[in-house]
Amino acid sequence: MITEIDKNYIREIINTGKRADGREFYQFRDIEIKKGVVKNAEGSAMVKLGNTEVIVGVKMEIGEPFPDTPDEGVLMVNAELTPMASPEFESGPPDENAIELARVVDRGVRESKAIDLKKLCITPGEKVWIVYVDIHVINDDGNLMDASSIATAAALQDTKIPKLEGDEIKRGEYVGNLELRTIPIACTVVKINDNLLVDPDYEEESVTEGKITIVTISDESLCAMQKSGIGGFAPEEIYKAIDISIEQGNKIRKKYFGE
Amino acid sequence: MRMSEEKRFDGRKFDEMRELEAKANLVERANGSGYFRFGDTRAIAAVYGPVETHPRHLADPRRAFIKFRYNMAPFSTKDRNRPGPSRRSVEISKVIKEALSAVIEREEFPRASIEIYAEILDANASTRCAALNAASIALAHAGIPMRDLVASCSVGKVNGQIVLDVAGEEDTEGEVDLPIGYVPSENKIHLLQMDGIITKEEFKKALELAIKGCKVVYQKQVEALKEIFKTYENEEVGE
Repeated sequence: MITEIDKNYIREIINTGKRADGREFYQFRDIEIKKGVVKNAEGSAMVKLGNTEVIVGVKMEIGEPFPDTPDEGVLMVNAELTPMASPEFESGPPDENAIELARVVDRGVRESKAIDLKKLCITPGEKVWIVYVDIHVINDDGNLMDASSIATAAALQDTKIPKLEGDEIKRGEYVGNLELRTIPIACTVVKINDNLLVDPDYEEESVTEGKITIVTISDESLCAMQKSGIGGFAPEEIYKAIDISIEQGNKIRKKYFGE
Repeated sequence: MRMSEEKRFDGRKFDEMRELEAKANLVERANGSGYFRFGDTRAIAAVYGPVETHPRHLADPRRAFIKFRYNMAPFSTKDRNRPGPSRRSVEISKVIKEALSAVIEREEFPRASIEIYAEILDANASTRCAALNAASIALAHAGIPMRDLVASCSVGKVNGQIVLDVAGEEDTEGEVDLPIGYVPSENKIHLLQMDGIITKEEFKKALELAIKGCKVVYQKQVEALKEIFKTYENEEVGE
């Protein structure tokens, strides 16, 4: 828990145009990405955003397609806020925060059409690949949304499609990579004392007056958005947040995804 | 009917909403209730509270705890909707709860709870908007102190065209869905979700159109409340 004194300190320092850890308003914390961190997963990535740490693993399984898309593979995103990651997290089924996190990351990947789901069809109407993306939070020092989005993009970029012999998956043998057509990156902009900031840490999150996550893709269009938390944004603030997200998304794609 | 140069699947203009209907006072047992309809999409909402918070540890010593549930009736969709919470309904409940929490004077009721329940009776897109509109009416009808009502509607991109109040085939065939919750007196957006590919310029156009739509919705909400409070006044005079 953050005390009221600490909250006031965070607000006051932001009023002076700085942040408690010395960052600029539109500056992410240091990002570290490590791919292939899980041997048993078809794709994986660990992302550190300052002290926030998330591991995403991708598993490929065989299953049935949805009746309305018989010739497409299936994408499933799930998030687990493990009780080790924060004293505020509890074990048990996913709560509204875990569900929201997973669904916003899901929308970013799905709506960007980063994965060609048609290529994941094995037998139309019967057998398709199901891509399970599991977000596992190791340490929550704020901005799980962006950390999870970056880790998901990296893990999917790392994913290889396993070899099939009939209905049997030959684990550890691969026929090729899961190709990504674009890199969806979420950028969360928060408001503190009417200032817009990116990549809030845990302490900053405790004083935000609203939060908006904007997922951009390589051609600078938007593919998903979510306003979250209590607090509203004026239209001009949303337009500003979009500009910030496009710029940050481009930076991250260039520096870490070779675009 | 197909979408043409000027008209939509159902014959509406691009910036035309479906028929709107707003009412208050439909659930007798509740402290307040509301109803909102966009064409065939109908939502009813009821408010209980302020009441004691259960379980106790959820009570906030500074402000009221807001509980909100968005739920679709099993018969409200083409294929029967399996009862019980889904991941979708949990997410929608969260964002609507946050939008309403921002306008309720929560500090007036420390430790207490305000419980809000919205049911979708019939669904043809924009169900979360209808639920939020009905819930706003219900809260005001219950006499819960609020800074303003939240008015909500959706815009979409269908065949490259930005349209107001997505419905029917536009919902399944459209490229973008963008529900907005707007508070007119503050000119602030308190609910915003978006999926689908859109440019920054298109988004601006879409948001402006959505705000226009929300202002129309707001008028309907206010009218419904004025009407119900007028009947109460008359009753008092009659006694």
